Amino acid sequence: MSVEHPPQTAARATIPSPFIPRVGKIVATEQFTPREKLFRVVLQDGSLGNFKPMTFVQVSVFGLGEAPISICSSPTRVDSFELCVRSIGSVTNAMHRLGVGDSIGIRGAFGNGFDADQHKGRDFLFVAGGLGMAPARSLIQYVLDKRQDFGCVTILVGARSPEDLLFQHDLAEWQSRPDVDCHVTVDRPTQGWTGNTGVITTLFKKVKINPATTMAVIIGPPIMFKFAVLEALAFGVPESRCICSLERRMKCGLGLCGHCQIRNVYVCKEGPVFTYEQVKKLREGI
Amino acid sequence: MLPRVLAKDDFKKFVEVLIAENPVVGPVAKESKFVFDTIERVDDLRMDYPIALTAPKKYFFPQYETLLRYHIGDSVEIQPVMETLPSIILGAHPCCLAATWLLDAVFSDKQSDPNYADRRRRAVLIGLDCNKPCDEYSFCLDMGSLYRRDGADLFLTDLGDRYFVEIFTERGEAILQEGTTEARHASSQDFSARQAVEEQKARSFHRRLPFDVKYLPEILEQSYDSLIWEAVARRCFSCGSCNLVCPTCYCFDVHDEVSLTLKDGERKRNWDSCQLDEFAEVGTGENFRKRRSERLRHRFFRKGKYILEDYGRMGCVGCGRCDRVCVAKISSVETYNQIAGSR
Repeated sequence: MSVEHPPQTAARATIPSPFIPRVGKIVATEQFTPREKLFRVVLQDGSLGNFKPMTFVQVSVFGLGEAPISICSSPTRVDSFELCVRSIGSVTNAMHRLGVGDSIGIRGAFGNGFDADQHKGRDFLFVAGGLGMAPARSLIQYVLDKRQDFGCVTILVGARSPEDLLFQHDLAEWQSRPDVDCHVTVDRPTQGWTGNTGVITTLFKKVKINPATTMAVIIGPPIMFKFAVLEALAFGVPESRCICSLERRMKCGLGLCGHCQIRNVYVCKEGPVFTYEQVKKLREGI
Repeated sequence: MLPRVLAKDDFKKFVEVLIAENPVVGPVAKESKFVFDTIERVDDLRMDYPIALTAPKKYFFPQYETLLRYHIGDSVEIQPVMETLPSIILGAHPCCLAATWLLDAVFSDKQSDPNYADRRRRAVLIGLDCNKPCDEYSFCLDMGSLYRRDGADLFLTDLGDRYFVEIFTERGEAILQEGTTEARHASSQDFSARQAVEEQKARSFHRRLPFDVKYLPEILEQSYDSLIWEAVARRCFSCGSCNLVCPTCYCFDVHDEVSLTLKDGERKRNWDSCQLDEFAEVGTGENFRKRRSERLRHRFFRKGKYILEDYGRMGCVGCGRCDRVCVAKISSVETYNQIAGSR
């Protein structure tokens, strides 16, 4: 007697493995800083699909593994997508050595993202510190690509020094647009810097927002988030409209591997976008 | 499907038939302990084992497995890999079956992890009742897993000279029918004998928690800020042994292994431990559970609260494996007792 098994191929056909990456080709790069590099990626087998702003992909560098990276471009730009990568671990260091024509693996997009269409007509206050610019830019681009759907757009950007500023072309464009109020500051100015100096919270004094209609999107290192939320709350923005994106270690993107778990929340599925109202209840969130 | 009865000698022959035609795993002795391993000869099978170091989980969710292979040529070719494992698992105790229910919920029901689901679907699970507590560590009665039969195709109860065989699936029935002609229908004496075993079993297991387990999530929540976690963590070495032997732990790590030519590689998944220092550390160096007490608390909260909230059943089956292997002699039961007393 033996036990009957379903044929392996049939079993495979029913559920494709969620661990299989799609192959993406790097079509453009830009070295922002010694640590941060921008990659434009086109998938070999089509588009990334219908993803929301502020979601992420698992990027494979074959031979080194995977790392979760925020998509920094808007889903309104359908032909390709962009990733801003800081070289910090084995995968991201290897990615910095890649250039146009090289292949990477892509799984996703993963995460809840931010459904901006649910908030048509609202004003947006973006507060982005450091690499927080990457997820923030996906939503900024989205809002600006559908500019007529949204109200006032205010963008506050902070970096350690002028050399650390990411997406400088975008910053210049946003600062020149009459329908965007964009302010940039650096913690430590260098010679020739004529802009604002000081931490990002000092920019709040320069802007006016209407707390009744504003969605505050605050993305940056945990310490920045705390102080920036305080400023947004001081404006009168409710906790439920202060939005952040949490960074966690992730190995699957499927709510399984456990690395991104905060209490009973898997950041890869229920996040990475949370309101301050949710984050404060998580306790271990920030 | 009505229960059958199989004399122990006939059971041996039945296992011999199974071994001859299928890879079969079951409890075998390993030094002074027991493990689930391949049964080469029927005499290696130890149906009298108290508890195995690790659960049959490893046959559905192996400690190391290859998820995909790739070849880097002009373009990248990626092939999914589905590693097959033994097809008959013999002698799983109720705590192992309860844990299998949970892993099924995690990997097959809500998620679709084809590697897990495929192995699980292929595996025939033959359960075995424990007639007495395995040792002083188990608290399966408190955790509600002592009488569980989840996922079993067949379930055996030792009646001394024979096994009482409950049949739960058609597949189980088919295996029994094809593997032996000696399984007769249970008689009224067999039912009485089994009832006597059940009654004896009920008398020999005792509750070890002073509260009903349904209150555990609330008791845990109220202990969140307690210094108890600091106190227990003083003894903890964060070695992760508790995770390695836990039948319900399913956190994992994924990494690549590449050939010397750098052209071929494999992506592998292996068990991970939430107790290890770097488990929640991100690239920028921020560690979201830096303190040992936070990691210890997280594990207790997963077992007693979070998994229950997500999947409807306790993440702990009360098998006591974690306590048995803890080098610092940290006891789950004592910790639960302590937090219950300190509210």
